[in-house]
Amino acid sequence: MFKLSSFRRHEASSQPMSLYPAYRATVQRTPRQPLIFLPHTLSEVTGPVYGRNAVAATDHDLTRQHPGEPLGERIIVKGQVLDDGGRPVPETLVEIWQANAAGRYFHQKDDHPAPMDPNFTGAGRALTDANGFYEFVTIKPGAYPWGNHENAWRPAHIHFSLFGPAFATRLVTQMYFPGDPLSAYDPIFQSIPDERARQRLISKFDLEITQPAWALGFRFDIVLRGSEATPFEG
Amino acid sequence: MDLTPTASQTVGPYFHLGCTNNHAVSCIAGPDAKGERVRLICRVLDGDGVRVDDAMIEIWQADSEGNYNTPTDAQGKGSDPDCAGFGRMATDANGKCFFETIKPGRVPGIKGRSQAPHFNVSVFARGILKRLTTRIYFADDPANQECPILALVPEERRATLLARPDRGNPGDWFFEVHLCGKDETVFFDV
Repeated sequence: MFKLSSFRRHEASSQPMSLYPAYRATVQRTPRQPLIFLPHTLSEVTGPVYGRNAVAATDHDLTRQHPGEPLGERIIVKGQVLDDGGRPVPETLVEIWQANAAGRYFHQKDDHPAPMDPNFTGAGRALTDANGFYEFVTIKPGAYPWGNHENAWRPAHIHFSLFGPAFATRLVTQMYFPGDPLSAYDPIFQSIPDERARQRLISKFDLEITQPAWALGFRFDIVLRGSEATPFEG
Repeated sequence: MDLTPTASQTVGPYFHLGCTNNHAVSCIAGPDAKGERVRLICRVLDGDGVRVDDAMIEIWQADSEGNYNTPTDAQGKGSDPDCAGFGRMATDANGKCFFETIKPGRVPGIKGRSQAPHFNVSVFARGILKRLTTRIYFADDPANQECPILALVPEERRATLLARPDRGNPGDWFFEVHLCGKDETVFFDV
């Protein structure tokens, strides 16, 4: 026998609704049957040690992946990954992807008629350090239109993907920017019922992270599920 | 600081850029891994039965003896170094993706009842605001009858969690994810 700790469950209102018809693509892609509650076993409390050996030193700097510098407003995005007990999550992979400064993705399916930037792919990865901190250097992504509804525009955002220590802690989210007027009209952002939970997806301008005469700094902390204090027998 | 877990958001249609263009993993267990070779073929369909060509599937599995390749496997038995246990692929124009792996062993379950061999599965896509999680079991595996997790699933829906062998291609197993609709796959609250 051995001891396992399960991971705490989410408060429903702090997570997006699954079926949110204002975001049209949810209608044909959301299960209608209730989810079946899965007690955590070894399968859920373990997770891949993925990408730890595959992060190159420059992967976190999206402005240095091509011969020239990308166009746009250079920014630093920094934050700490914690669990819901306040403990840092060290050595976990953080992956990001984003549009360029004009609001265009380096992707064959993106047909928005905004210019491509030959010096910007818009993908990066980093490992958190011993205290759970990560840092990216990139350019501020532009807003872009999408076909969800008449005159629909996504607010500027950066996609984040994190693993954490377990299958149960996997998270994909999006980071937004302070003061973006498009957030109020964005069904992806608005699919989260709780106002405070929405606000936590908005990064904060941070003068301490800002580098003089170089780049604006934004802080974006991320909280993953933590494990229960009381272990059970597996 | 507020320590409520960060809200999930969809991967959107362009996740390939960050996740699978350069960092897809189709080989979950290499050729030297112990166990029965499996080629797992997954297909994702939406509520209209239309193939989903912009989904990402991730797999997490045990080695042939039921050990996970990670320091957090508390069994303390170690694991097969040739079975990394993790895979992730984007679906193609037909809504399909493929993994090269081995059949996982039985993993301890609840109160001493071991689980039947299974893959732990995450499904991400445009239109999916929160990761969907399901499991893939092997059709006709006698261990399925004893699995404490399968027992939680209403009997009439258990078949949605079964991969089917391709009789013409030994080792090939086929699994369909129906996001919704009449054949909707069982998804779990993990």
